[in-house]
Amino acid sequence: MAQVELSNVSKSYGNSRVLHDIDLRVADGELVVLVGPSGCGKSTLLRMICGLEPITAGELRIDGVVVNDLPPAQRGIAMVFQSYALYPHMTVRGNMAFGLKIHGAGKADRNVRVLAAAKALHIDHLLDRRPRELSGGQRQRVAIGRAIVRQPKLFLFDEPLSNLDAALRVKTRIELARLHRELAATMVYVTHDQVEAMTLGDRIVVMHEGRIQQAGSPLALYEHPANRFVASFIGSPTINLVPSTALACSAAGVRLEVHAGCVVDAAVDGSTLQPGAPVEIGIRPEHLAFDGGEPAPVSAEGPPCLRFGGEVSLVEQLGESHLIYLRCADGLELVSRAPGHTPVRIGDRIGLVAQASRLHVFDAAGVACRRLSTAGTQTA
Amino acid sequence: MNAHASLRRAGALGRTTLVHLTLGGYCLLVLAPILLVLLNSFKTRQGIFDDPLGWPAKATLSLAGYGKVLGDAAVGHMFVNSAIVTGVSLAAILLLGAMAAWALTEYGFFGNRVLALFLAFGIMVPIRLGSVAILQEMVALNLVNTLTALMLVYIAQGLPLAVMILSEFIAQVPQELKDAARCDGVGEYRIFFQVVLPLIRPAVATVAVFTMVPIWNDLWFPLILAPSEETQTITLGVQQFVGQFATDWNAVLAALSLAVLPILVLYAVFSRQLIRGITAGAVK
Repeated sequence: MAQVELSNVSKSYGNSRVLHDIDLRVADGELVVLVGPSGCGKSTLLRMICGLEPITAGELRIDGVVVNDLPPAQRGIAMVFQSYALYPHMTVRGNMAFGLKIHGAGKADRNVRVLAAAKALHIDHLLDRRPRELSGGQRQRVAIGRAIVRQPKLFLFDEPLSNLDAALRVKTRIELARLHRELAATMVYVTHDQVEAMTLGDRIVVMHEGRIQQAGSPLALYEHPANRFVASFIGSPTINLVPSTALACSAAGVRLEVHAGCVVDAAVDGSTLQPGAPVEIGIRPEHLAFDGGEPAPVSAEGPPCLRFGGEVSLVEQLGESHLIYLRCADGLELVSRAPGHTPVRIGDRIGLVAQASRLHVFDAAGVACRRLSTAGTQTA
Repeated sequence: MNAHASLRRAGALGRTTLVHLTLGGYCLLVLAPILLVLLNSFKTRQGIFDDPLGWPAKATLSLAGYGKVLGDAAVGHMFVNSAIVTGVSLAAILLLGAMAAWALTEYGFFGNRVLALFLAFGIMVPIRLGSVAILQEMVALNLVNTLTALMLVYIAQGLPLAVMILSEFIAQVPQELKDAARCDGVGEYRIFFQVVLPLIRPAVATVAVFTMVPIWNDLWFPLILAPSEETQTITLGVQQFVGQFATDWNAVLAALSLAVLPILVLYAVFSRQLIRGITAGAVK
């Protein structure tokens, strides 16, 4: 197994720079997920680690050795592609054994290793079929098997589940997590799906426009997003962002005026803010609770919780929970995740309350104010 | 509603019939001369001249032409010459063409565009325009009256189209497949021979069919570059039965009929590949 270290890695195509000074360490046996919207450079970064794209600047080390100029095969990596990329004219066995054959493994050795990998992935009954005779999920397992038999130091996954249907994606995701545990292998996994990222990753690296926005454990990213982008990207439905103004700021908290007469104290480090500065409050849909009935008048004394009143524009029933879309009088749109069976219908006038302790605050540049210790929160 | 449907069906039927009639007519037009050659090759000289369009009857049936052609050792030699020239040229065109196409599509190197353009030029300009220069060159190289001269010319003649068609197909091989092979540590030559080439086999078969027929049939270059008895190809050799005063029609027609056979066999072999390629794609 291996550790991977990227220092100041950049990538340019001609004059356009697509990756800016990426610094990242992947520890031995860690599963790091690179996540971000399409075009953020995550796949390019993966291909650079793999050796399929040359590195413009910076250093890539695998197990301490600089591998910038080594071809993929000599880096000891194996990659699983989104489209599976199985050799269509070879059987499953041929596909899995091809790399071994190239590296001069004997026939008996090849058979043993292919069979072991196939058994682990439950594809041992498919060994003599060709890829076109397999279903999507089976093909993906063959692709993973092809990576496993090589016993690489590092596994790279490029959106491996994107071509599978929803049910199969969940199943394969669980299988991948199990595989990671069993192999204790170092893995770098690229996806645009934040659920995959949250469930699989020991650590998640959120990328945007060629830069790492934040790297941390799934919960750290969820609880302490470094900026507005990370906060909106992690979590589904997307975090609610409410414009407001900072009234008083200190390292112990920030007093905010959300809308006229509605004042709330957020438990964030406000030492970087100036009083009077425009800020944005982030409230996760699951922290915005149904409060029933008409919106109650809010006292100017700064209640412990923040309350929004408005008309329900849409209710999405997910079974275990309802997603309530609220349109406030000032045009603000909010989403709340309420327990299932919450008695709400479209057109109802209701109130939603947020706990002040759960608020995120972002300054005008979108940088988050550090949240002060919150119950049930882990730090990275 | 029903009337409409039946009308539409009748219309579709009419169109299909028309298409089949047109294609059938064209087929007849193309096959008729070949059929004529084949029919008359089985007739006596008298039979050929009395009724050139008739089927061989009891009185006119004769295998004299075949006897003469097959009994002539020189004809056998010509067949061998044709086979060598066509076979070697074809193999070289397919191998070099596919490799060149791979290089031009896969690797960005200096002069890539210019080289591709140069090859495209080769499709547009008929090689026969350069006959004089080619002959001079072959004389200078001391290659006149050798099969090598013919092969060289045919390889040059076939390469541009081969590169063009195969480039198109190689470009369609998914990038991830090549990436996967590179991750597997497969060398570039092996990627070409063991991953890319098997995938474009139908295209290679197509190119083979399109390339081999003109080479086998060519009369021009054998005539100017290799007319000696030793190096005559079958197409050229048939001419020896065409005399200044009398033409041995039996022999000419028999030789021509026989000359079609090898190319038919090769075509059958390649077209099986073509069909296999097509169905493989359909099942996926």
